[in-house]
Amino acid sequence: MNETPLIQLQDVQFSYGPERPVLLGCNFQLAPGQRLALLGQNGSGKTTLLHMIVGLLRPAAGHVEAFGKICASEADFHEVRRRAGLLFQDADDQLFCPTVAEDVAFGPLNLGKPREEVWQIVADTLRSLGLDGYGRRITYRLSGGEKRLVALATVLAMQPDVLLLDEPTSELDEAATERLVDVLNGLPQAIIVVSHNRPFWRRIATTAVELRDGKIEAASAGDF
Amino acid sequence: MDRPYQPTLHFLHAASPGDATAYLSGVDPRARLVAAVALALVVAAAHGWIVPAIALAAAVLGVALSGLSPKVVLRRLLLLESVMLLLLLLLPLGIDWGAVWKVSPLPPGEGPGVRAEGTEGTDDCGSLTNSPHPNPLPAGEGTGGGGFRFGFLLFSHDGLWLALQIALKANAIVLGLMALVGTMDAMTLGHALCHLHVPDKLAHLLLFTVRYLDIFHREYGRLRAAMKVRGFRPHMNLHTYRVYGYLVGMLLVRSFDRSERIVAAMKCRCFRGRFYVLSHFHFSSRDVPFCAAFLMLLATLALVNWL
Repeated sequence: MNETPLIQLQDVQFSYGPERPVLLGCNFQLAPGQRLALLGQNGSGKTTLLHMIVGLLRPAAGHVEAFGKICASEADFHEVRRRAGLLFQDADDQLFCPTVAEDVAFGPLNLGKPREEVWQIVADTLRSLGLDGYGRRITYRLSGGEKRLVALATVLAMQPDVLLLDEPTSELDEAATERLVDVLNGLPQAIIVVSHNRPFWRRIATTAVELRDGKIEAASAGDF
Repeated sequence: MDRPYQPTLHFLHAASPGDATAYLSGVDPRARLVAAVALALVVAAAHGWIVPAIALAAAVLGVALSGLSPKVVLRRLLLLESVMLLLLLLLPLGIDWGAVWKVSPLPPGEGPGVRAEGTEGTDDCGSLTNSPHPNPLPAGEGTGGGGFRFGFLLFSHDGLWLALQIALKANAIVLGLMALVGTMDAMTLGHALCHLHVPDKLAHLLLFTVRYLDIFHREYGRLRAAMKVRGFRPHMNLHTYRVYGYLVGMLLVRSFDRSERIVAAMKCRCFRGRFYVLSHFHFSSRDVPFCAAFLMLLATLALVNWL
């Protein structure tokens, strides 16, 4: 890899208390345009790693570098959070506004965009995901599949360069998963996807790495 | 709560419970909210009978225009009327302390606070000041200072009038609120509050409550189900209390965790402590007749009351 990585973790360590160390000198890279599946057992620290990239958690040692800049303070991560969109495991955590349009608009409004432009972004984003006419729907009355797509829309509305997807297929049936695969494969962004759903990530990702014993290792050949 | 779990909180999100085509549900929510508060204030501050009566008539008219079904209105009113009935029974009641304590057997009409038929209010006041056990009844002032007694219980007309007046005012205010605000869903209400510059924190507290109440309710349902499938049946014993304690504790912990995740999700979308409202209400020609009529009503009430 000759290009500067979009995201890089160097010797990152993290633990949830002494009895639960999670990351033990973890090195990780995401190159531009790369689509990476992040595998690992339950509790191996996959979600932790994603949260660390956007600064929701801070490493006890080592450092996080995003878009060519070492990030240490909250202010450093503001820009990272705009450029790296994290899709949460539970869409109910992500959709907190009353209506779909307001939820999608939340990010762009926070970025200080004028209202007319925000409306345009909302309409465009929803259309690109096949969610035309969802704007006035009430977020909590959506089905699981719709919630997931709307959550993705809220992330895409920030126009990120990288997508971090945490178990995007949990609670989705086959048809909804199929739709998500189509949507994701049509997107230009680099992607890190955490998933236990092998048929799914094999259709999304071009590379796979595994988080084992607190370190990143190449996924065993049988995995891919 | 041994009923099977059912999501019961849909009323929070139900699009307006009334008929959406009715005139009042089309009026700008901000105007309706301001009107409801103004009406409530004026009626609450009013004295006498005329103002609450006019307000009640206007509120009934408003309810008719709001498209609420009579069934919904009656069901909501029932709760209020039960409280009012209690007030009507209790407020006129007083106790003849002399009769209870048997301090000194006084001739009828001279006991502390005893106001037998025909006794004038001024006499009462005189005897009250000498009494070691003042009667909690308001001193009679003109309108029916009389009353009657059963044993040591006193039943005063003043109290009765007061209770009736309170009932009239309460009904006028509640019906007015129902007509104006009762047809709004919680989301619209929250937004209207935002636009009226109610502190953001309060408005968002309402919106977040509406958004997550149902999720916690479902969480509660899941926990209850988990208890039930393992044979838990509530009894009056320590085990039950302990288990309920766990249930509430677990609910709190989970709610807290969820709130942390929500904050994280908000931060990921560049939230820095300030909310922006996306949609705006627009004052339209449809709102003009409402505002004009309401201002006239308010002016009439104020004139009657303060002139």
